[in-house]
Amino acid sequence: MTSMERVLTALSHREPDRVPLFLLLTLHGARELGLSIEEYFSSSQNVVRGQLAMLRRYGHDCIYAFFHASLEAEAWGGSTIFRDDGPPNAGAPPLKADAIESLAPPRVTDVPGLVRVLEAQRGLRQAVGDSVPIIGVVMSPFSLPVMQLGFDAYLDLMFDRPDLMQRLMEVNAAFCAAWGNEQLAAGAHAICYFDPLASPKMIDPSLYRRFGWPAARRALNAIKGPTATHLASGPCLGVVEDLAGSGTVMVGVGGEEDLAAVKKRCCGRLTVFGNLNGIAMRSWDEAAAIAEVKGAIDAAAQGGGFILSDQHGEIPWQVPERTLEQVAQAAREYGRYPLQGGRG
Amino acid sequence: MIVSYPTGHLSDVSARPSADLLELALVNMDRLALQRIYSASGLTPLFFCEQFITPALAGIGEKWDRGELSLSHVYMSGRLCEDFMEQSFRGAPPNRKSEDRVALAVLEDYHLLGKRLVGFVLRGGGVDYLDYGTVTAAELVRRVQEDSVRVLLISALMLPSALKVREVRDKLDRAGVSCRIIVGGAPFRLDPSLCDEVGADFCCAAASQVLPALKRVSGGEP
Repeated sequence: MTSMERVLTALSHREPDRVPLFLLLTLHGARELGLSIEEYFSSSQNVVRGQLAMLRRYGHDCIYAFFHASLEAEAWGGSTIFRDDGPPNAGAPPLKADAIESLAPPRVTDVPGLVRVLEAQRGLRQAVGDSVPIIGVVMSPFSLPVMQLGFDAYLDLMFDRPDLMQRLMEVNAAFCAAWGNEQLAAGAHAICYFDPLASPKMIDPSLYRRFGWPAARRALNAIKGPTATHLASGPCLGVVEDLAGSGTVMVGVGGEEDLAAVKKRCCGRLTVFGNLNGIAMRSWDEAAAIAEVKGAIDAAAQGGGFILSDQHGEIPWQVPERTLEQVAQAAREYGRYPLQGGRG
Repeated sequence: MIVSYPTGHLSDVSARPSADLLELALVNMDRLALQRIYSASGLTPLFFCEQFITPALAGIGEKWDRGELSLSHVYMSGRLCEDFMEQSFRGAPPNRKSEDRVALAVLEDYHLLGKRLVGFVLRGGGVDYLDYGTVTAAELVRRVQEDSVRVLLISALMLPSALKVREVRDKLDRAGVSCRIIVGGAPFRLDPSLCDEVGADFCCAAASQVLPALKRVSGGEP
């Protein structure tokens, strides 16, 4: 099977030849090319070369055509702060609440950073065609305001100005859909919809249902391709039914959550991906890598509908390549269907 | 909306004021109920902070830690209490105890919600502290030395920021500075072994744990 066939089979809630593995790697591409993180993301060609090098090295089942979240903050007037040892961070929030009333979504093609992402996705699609799924990324309308306004100002808005909150959701949903569709047109096969604030750990589910879910539904229905919702380490069980009704086809599971319980709740409706602990992965030896991979596969792989991945949607810079190779090797060996010991 | 706990109902606030009912009022963002509980308690604002606000915020933090409440509950509860203290004391209540000098900082990160949540709890508990905002490791060490800080609270959202605590620990040790470090934030929740790795003395799983942590590292009442 090609990676695409493997993933599509899993998404159909059937068992492919083996459990698909998504190593959601961004920063490691810089190390592959011997570049600083800032230098690496300054050119779409670097990202194309980095992603293809990682695909060859690990033999996993996706290309992760994501640069960094702060590019979306840049679209709204924000900035990016680079560091040598981790993901670029969004700088000071660019918006104030009083700007929301007259806010309009920026045009994707006017934002140089987003254009670089689209160029990379075109190059990657030319390189792999339809053999490997290329995953693009959008921030959800409900979670983007953490970068637009700052987290506390955003919570204040949600409680104090529901009228402006609704308006922001509308503007953000329009941008989110346009950004997702540009990526699909450029070469992405699917869009990962990052919505950490949808997790009940972050926001009261009643507020998510009032503001976040309608925006998700609007944006996901307007994106003309498959979408996967990721709560970026946040627990999802409390909103699984909402996610299932939002139009997404996959859900990313956080490391604090019982993977088997999520799989059971999602079974036949949403494909589950997760939930290797990327932070703990920094210090795994080979035995730990094998044990963690086996544990996740045992918990959720039976019957398909599962993709092995990390909990957060991005593997930390501090995880060594050797560990990633051990994870990939363990997934290939232990993830073959039918699963060993009659588990499949 | 949560209108009742096993220990009470919001309609009971005037008859039987308690920290549990205050917790319920805060979770529901019921400013009026907070005022009614305060009035019915018959306490001065200072004792109300000690006997009602501190345990209520601690209870909300514990429930967040257990996955029963959301961070939005924690934030809004803290904001309501901060408003109460602003009205009652024109700021934080007076520092009630003589204790080690405390500072609160974020390392090389510009997203400060965690620090603000810790600030709510410290102010509610009457702990005076220096707010360093966002600093580098070198700047933090310099300020700790200048201000003779004895307990340093560091809030981290991102893994690289959490790992920077090691640099702070090593610089303080090399300079012979005796200062306990208490850490908290998502990376420490996701990998508890990180606390020892970076040389922290104590790790808080939630902002509300900062008062017991201070008590523990200081060997006295916070």
